[in-house]
Amino acid sequence: MEYRIGIDVGGTNTDAVLVNEKMELVENIKVPTTKDVSSGIFEALHQVLAKSNVDRKKIKYAMLGTTHATNAIVERKRLCKTAIIRIGRPATEAIAPLVAWPKDLVEAVGNHYYLIAGGNEFDGREISPLDEDELRKIAQEIKGKVESVAVVSVFSPVSSKHELRAKEILQEVLGEIPISLSHEIGSIGLIERENATVLNAALVEVARTTANGFKDALAREGVTDAKVFLCQNDGTLMSIDYAMRYPILTIACGPTNSIRGAAFLSNLENAMVLDVGGTTSDIGIISQGFPRESSIAVEIGGVRTNFRMPDLISIGLGGGTIIREENGEVKVGPDSVGYRITEEALVFGGKTVTATDIAVRLGLAEVGSKEKVKDLPLEFAQKAYAKMQEMIDEAIDKIKTSKEPQPLVLVGGGSIIVGEKISGVSQVIRPNNFGVANALGAAIAQVSGEVDRIYSLSEMTREEALTDAKQLAVNEAIKAGANPETVNIVYVEDIPLAYLPGNAVRIRVKAAGDLI
Amino acid sequence: MAKIDVQMVEDIAVGAALLGTGGGGDPYVGKLMAIQALEKNGPVELIDVDDVPDDALIVPAAMMGAPTVLVEKIPSGKEIFKAFDSLQNYLGKEIYAVIPIEAGGLNSMIPITVAAEKKLPLVDVDGMGRAFPELQMVTFHLYGVSATPMVLADEKGNSLLLNTINNFWTENLARNATVVMGGSVMIAIYPMYGRDLKKAGIRNIISYSAKIGRAIREARKNGDDPLDALLKATGGYTLFKGKISDVQRRTTGGFVRGEAHIDGIDQYKGETMIVDFQNENLIARRNGKVVATVPDLICTVDAHTALPITTEGLRYGQRVFILGIPCDEKWRSAKGIETVGPRYFGYDVDYVPVEELNKG
Repeated sequence: MEYRIGIDVGGTNTDAVLVNEKMELVENIKVPTTKDVSSGIFEALHQVLAKSNVDRKKIKYAMLGTTHATNAIVERKRLCKTAIIRIGRPATEAIAPLVAWPKDLVEAVGNHYYLIAGGNEFDGREISPLDEDELRKIAQEIKGKVESVAVVSVFSPVSSKHELRAKEILQEVLGEIPISLSHEIGSIGLIERENATVLNAALVEVARTTANGFKDALAREGVTDAKVFLCQNDGTLMSIDYAMRYPILTIACGPTNSIRGAAFLSNLENAMVLDVGGTTSDIGIISQGFPRESSIAVEIGGVRTNFRMPDLISIGLGGGTIIREENGEVKVGPDSVGYRITEEALVFGGKTVTATDIAVRLGLAEVGSKEKVKDLPLEFAQKAYAKMQEMIDEAIDKIKTSKEPQPLVLVGGGSIIVGEKISGVSQVIRPNNFGVANALGAAIAQVSGEVDRIYSLSEMTREEALTDAKQLAVNEAIKAGANPETVNIVYVEDIPLAYLPGNAVRIRVKAAGDLI
Repeated sequence: MAKIDVQMVEDIAVGAALLGTGGGGDPYVGKLMAIQALEKNGPVELIDVDDVPDDALIVPAAMMGAPTVLVEKIPSGKEIFKAFDSLQNYLGKEIYAVIPIEAGGLNSMIPITVAAEKKLPLVDVDGMGRAFPELQMVTFHLYGVSATPMVLADEKGNSLLLNTINNFWTENLARNATVVMGGSVMIAIYPMYGRDLKKAGIRNIISYSAKIGRAIREARKNGDDPLDALLKATGGYTLFKGKISDVQRRTTGGFVRGEAHIDGIDQYKGETMIVDFQNENLIARRNGKVVATVPDLICTVDAHTALPITTEGLRYGQRVFILGIPCDEKWRSAKGIETVGPRYFGYDVDYVPVEELNKG
């Protein structure tokens, strides 16, 4: 029997699971998330291995979903000094790189940016030839001053030639410095793609220490034969090498892991997922086994990017949400006792009425001591429960995409507060091990490849363009470590460009498959 | 006389994107340019159309082409001044003030940048009171104002002066030139005198945009319902609230045509709406019955934040609120309906004002 380990770092807990090759859960553990994140990961790893008695040589995969990259950006710590080279002059001069960034983040990455001639039009023509002489001059100037380089060329998702050539020249002068190319990071929308590329370049060192730290920890535990992967925010995995080149893609993988884990636990490809934590709950959608994505521009650490994130609705209701009466009206939250629930909730001998106490009072859940809530007036509990239910119903109604009732998968430690009857829901599913859905999501993740580019339909048909994009996405997935035989297209979108004759169309495709 | 500062720019961007009725692009890049110009040069003067002398030369400044191109190939920032200066030189007369041609995400911002850099006033007026896809679709056209002489300029340094026999030729020639120049250009167009502007323009559109943006911002800040604030600020009609169940798109003649299918939520549960769009939203049908048509404004906003969504940004599963706003009276004239009514866009539907379709 072979095994895999999945670890997911959350705001409150770091969870670890061990699953066997049939994807059955063998062991799981929860430890508090630590401030440095790493020591919590090592502790979870140590405990889950200690609890189970599997042969460590039989562990073939280890997956980590971590918040290292997010924390580094939010805390502005451990970021690489980065040179930003934008290719496109005279286009783009109106808005300088980093212009809308928070000042302290600009300082953390250093304010080294350069605009040079080159770049492409939407149809692939050159705006002007790449200014190679200027690039060599810049390379000399930044030598020894920066640890990482971000290269961004206008319309590089259509033609990557100038970015690739720039990389060659920079390497000639600078040797083996990490270089992030924008066409590998993001899609059309220069500012957002540039921001993501610069963040990526600045995170290279964080990714290296995180990945190596995880590898070393595995080795210390005797896990020496495992392939190691990091989780990305679309619910798929990256090899360590890949992750060190694209660390930005690890941002916000936590909610995605929960949704994927819920899909796996419930055996459903299409469903709604309600992940109830201590303070808030997230509601998302699984579509074809993957989280449905939001199309809204996402800010990371105060910087606008064009990442696709899971489409989630968050509501201020969790297991620790405080229930009180104000002016004769029952109020639900929004404050919560959070992780102190085991000391402060009535059922645990505390003095605060929480959502969990209401559920226990009404006989919907059994935790702590039922005796301790028997003095809560029944009418008060019913009123509070009706309010809680209303919040959930409303959120479900907002996220639902079909008129038909759909199944709802309940996961997360706080999910005991949710009742059986929710309008618009065909069936409430409470899978076993619902508390570690996130770590399971990490353990069972696939690998993917993605393409987002503009095709001019004057020279090819729409079908040809779609076929080409699909093939590129499949190739990317294989490059990322997918078994070619299992790769499927999981997402296709094509949007014609408005206000332009000539039938240009923007195509976005994602492919995913199992690990080799 | 008002001053446009950075806060007001943010509000105008939101309000104008709403009035763009799904067209006009995302204002983000335009907004950054406008804010940079304000930070460098100070606030811009916003003057009333009645304060413009009759013989003063007024020029609308705008971006033409695909907003998707502009957000990738950001302007050099010099294009619009080149277009402006060439037109001024050709006409041999000083430009007195600048105006927007339309209320749309991007084109509400470009004139603010020009006004700030050129230290010219901005007049509180435009030629649409909303967004439209073609150059002749302005109220100036209804009053016989010629779009040319006009100048198109790209970021490479090319510029093109057009003199045409009518505004339809202008549209055709300029549209094709835009593609060759790289899909996004800056234009100075419809040069006119104060006396024409007073007759042909749509008044108070910038302050109206700012009022809408401010209402949404303040409601969100105070925890009030931003949709209520939006209805109050616009005097519009609630057409629908629902979730997008499907978006179909196809390109014909350079324009993206399509329809959004929406399933009702809340008070519209069990009902459906289909919104037809050609870059902008054109016709809204609730349960098969027309409830609003162009030139009245059909605006799609996020049902939670009340922030406008462009037709390019429409996605399956989004929760949206559809709002109908009466258009300016000028569009309701015979020539107005002929220029921008449902039949011009190829629909076999007569124009009926949104107020009448939503009585009671």
